[in-house]
Amino acid sequence: MSQYSWPDPATRPLLGKSISRVDGPSKSSGRAKYTYDYNPQGLLAGKILRCPYAHARITSIDTGAAEKMPGVKAVVIIQKPGTEIFWAGDEIVGVAAVDEGTAEDALRAIKVEYEVLPHFVSDAEPPKNIAADTGPVSSEGFQDMEENQVPDEEVIARIEKTGISFKPEEKDYESMKGMGVDPSVIAALRKAKFVPAPATEKSPYKKTGLQTTGTPDKAFSSAAAVVEGVYGVPCIVHCCLESHGSASEWNGDKELVVHISTQNVSGIAAQMAEPLNVPAGNINVLQQNVGGGFGSKFSADRWDINTANLSKAAGGKPVKNLLDRRAEFEVAGMRPSAYARVKIAADKDGKLVAWDSRSWGTGGVGGGGTPPLPYIFEVPNQRKQNTAISTNQGSARAWRAPNHPQAAVITMGAIEDLAAKMNMDPLEFISRNLDIAGPRAQTYREELAIADEMMGWKKNWHQRGDKTPGNIKRGLGLSMHAWGGRGHNSDCDLTIHPDGSVEIKMGTQDLGTGARTIITIVAADTLGIPMSNVTLLYGNNRYPQSGGSGGSTTSGGVTSSTRRAAVDARDQLFAKVAPALKAKPEELEAVDATVRVKGDPNRSLAWKEACAKIGAMPLTVRGKNPDKEKPPDLTNSGVGGVQMADVSVDIETGIVRVNKMVAVQDCGLVVDVKTASSQVYGALIMGISYALYEEKILDPVSGRVLNPNLEFYRLAGLSDIGELQVHMMTGKGYDERGVIGLAEPPVVSPGASISNAVANAIGVRVPFLPLTPDRVLMALEDADGAHG
Amino acid sequence: MKDDDARKPEAASGVSRRDFMKISAVTAAVPLVLGSKVVEAAGEDVTVHGPGKVPVALNVNGKKLSADLEPRVTLLDALREQFDLTGAKRVCDRGACGACTVLLDGKPVYACSVLAIDAQGAKITTIEALAEGDALSPVMQAFVAHDAQQCGFCTPGFVVAATHFLQQHPKPSAEEIRHGLSGNYCRCGTYDGIRAVAMAHAGGKQP
Repeated sequence: MSQYSWPDPATRPLLGKSISRVDGPSKSSGRAKYTYDYNPQGLLAGKILRCPYAHARITSIDTGAAEKMPGVKAVVIIQKPGTEIFWAGDEIVGVAAVDEGTAEDALRAIKVEYEVLPHFVSDAEPPKNIAADTGPVSSEGFQDMEENQVPDEEVIARIEKTGISFKPEEKDYESMKGMGVDPSVIAALRKAKFVPAPATEKSPYKKTGLQTTGTPDKAFSSAAAVVEGVYGVPCIVHCCLESHGSASEWNGDKELVVHISTQNVSGIAAQMAEPLNVPAGNINVLQQNVGGGFGSKFSADRWDINTANLSKAAGGKPVKNLLDRRAEFEVAGMRPSAYARVKIAADKDGKLVAWDSRSWGTGGVGGGGTPPLPYIFEVPNQRKQNTAISTNQGSARAWRAPNHPQAAVITMGAIEDLAAKMNMDPLEFISRNLDIAGPRAQTYREELAIADEMMGWKKNWHQRGDKTPGNIKRGLGLSMHAWGGRGHNSDCDLTIHPDGSVEIKMGTQDLGTGARTIITIVAADTLGIPMSNVTLLYGNNRYPQSGGSGGSTTSGGVTSSTRRAAVDARDQLFAKVAPALKAKPEELEAVDATVRVKGDPNRSLAWKEACAKIGAMPLTVRGKNPDKEKPPDLTNSGVGGVQMADVSVDIETGIVRVNKMVAVQDCGLVVDVKTASSQVYGALIMGISYALYEEKILDPVSGRVLNPNLEFYRLAGLSDIGELQVHMMTGKGYDERGVIGLAEPPVVSPGASISNAVANAIGVRVPFLPLTPDRVLMALEDADGAHG
Repeated sequence: MKDDDARKPEAASGVSRRDFMKISAVTAAVPLVLGSKVVEAAGEDVTVHGPGKVPVALNVNGKKLSADLEPRVTLLDALREQFDLTGAKRVCDRGACGACTVLLDGKPVYACSVLAIDAQGAKITTIEALAEGDALSPVMQAFVAHDAQQCGFCTPGFVVAATHFLQQHPKPSAEEIRHGLSGNYCRCGTYDGIRAVAMAHAGGKQP
């Protein structure tokens, strides 16, 4: 039986080292091609006319003038008169023309009339006394739960309890499978009882039932310390630098080639097949590079279907439409808001005893995700309730670690406030509660000690409120986080050619995470050859399927399938080479670009010579993940991380600056220290950005986004980030767990740790992110008022 | 400013509403491609381009490139769509993010905010010309070595900006780096690597 397990640390020429990404040269030289760069002869520009109202019904559409304009090649109505529109920016009519300017002129010539309907865009605290929602799960509600990655058990429990108000068909199940919905959830849907939706469902508020564990009232009344606070995070936008979109081109009316900016190369065709009425097998999906996804690019969207329809209407000519920046802000996804009023209590030893939260938030028309509260800590006595608010704005999509950053801000903020009330160092407070911190408690303990050292926490931490004179107040804050990250389903074909070259085909994608690099590392490490010998062909749905890149599932999936394929290919090669070396196959090893007898370097063949023994036909094997026939499990689930922030706050201007952040992160076996560390650095920077600057602002009057651009929707720049330090947990206790994904976890804690550091600096809690000067000054003023 | 007729600013501020109508009427009747026209507006001769296509000649990466373009076409769109120089990216399309940075007479500009017609006569350098044949420039090599890139969409703009910045500041201080490389946004969060590129340069380290 072949040994598939990850090699011993002593025999890893490449695995676990610090290696530059293989696609680095093509990216830094500008040669890397993205969907947006697809530019064939005769390309037509696609553009979409969008609804200017947040809630309306289309009464009429007149495209006559646009169709007659020179240079306009196709006009396709997306939503017909009579359709109710639920958010500003929704797609109405698509146009393809010889260039973008002509397409834009054509949009201006289209006349659409609307009956404007009342809209609702506020995610302020819901009124009291809303009845809890006990009705069936609607189609939108289900989609919302899936997009927000609500745990499968929770989804199934809800479906079983209340039934569903929609009737999925076989094709819907297929499409769900393509989107990565778990088979157990699909099975629950199949068994669910149909319950018609209640007719009087006009309130924007959906309140879940009160969930109670233990005896919270009793625990609060006998607690040594209780604090109450309000915490929250507004809606923010993914801001992928390459906007969403695709280019489509028909060959006849039954074969379609789609270049699309996606996180889900293998899953797109199934989603396009039905609306375009073409077999999924006739759709070739291609993508070499993607300019950011962050959770927002799993689907073939309505605009992508429109692009394909425009191409068809234009006689099959290639049409490309990538969203403009305003549309990207209005319709291409956001992270749901989450706010909560929290009451939290501890006993005299600083052990958490009770939690009470009333949370609310919006994720667009479908409502909002439920943050997992309290985060990390299994507080023994709990009462919690969440209200999802339906608002007239484009729907939420998964945003790195869905619901976790919000839950961390709310929970870690409340814990920090409680520790402050007890005059305790939060590092000490958290250490005392690690026994209720779930399965990764020991990891947290080790990470907290390392982070303490890196930050100089014990040396520099002070009680709440920096007492040094002057305007600049400095403070420290910390947070921690958890994530699953088990590898997804992944197939690959690995070929060793008789000339010694190696080729891998896999229907995956690299979002800039380093997927391409770690696949290459694993293959080269296993075969004992330089990485330059390995060619990775990917970004094509005609290659063996690999899952969508979401939920930190890619690293574990693609490395596991590659490892199994490389081990099998290597062992088959050994069988061919063994006679020439007068040895048994199991006595051979592949190292230093040779195949040789273990312990006898004289009986050796150069890699190329060894491969010549394969014969005339190349040797191809299929690697899979998971693969119960080929144990052990090479991936795992469950990581922990700790972050600390050091900030300075100017209490006259309210400006917050991050001086330093440290991140200590576990992700099982680290394949490439360099790209893994980059993920964590990137997460810290994205975290600083949403902690201090980012907010999607909706105008209550017009219902439109007020800052759908990069001047007024601020992202962190290079001058905003302070000193950053990253430590990856490696070695014993981590390595042997296998490869676990890393994209989500480190982005969870920056908001919470920075918010806590600001509270530690200025002595009061700024309740809501982003921690903008106005919010900081308001919190200081409120505190002054309370004391004066 | 160079003494080049094509780049002289037009005295367009004197065009009255009625004159403008007159100009529009003239151009509506003309063929698709047309050179500029001189019309009398508010007592002065005014050169008017478009709105139809006009011939535009650009000096890009040392080559003379020409195309018939509407005057509203930006330098960025001309480079990408006409000449297939796709290294510069359109992200914000309004001069905020730097993903479209190119050099105009040696100075970094946001190509989304320059009209192609206005870039005539200038020496335009794009990311494609910064690589030395197939070999990477030292700054590009440093971006690889310090992993100053993830999805890579902002990277070409950043490399152009960093190349110019490091030419101007061969030994930049931390403060100069903070200030000098703040004109580009990255969403994946590669600033730490980009900062390391500049700091290594300051320390005289070659990648």
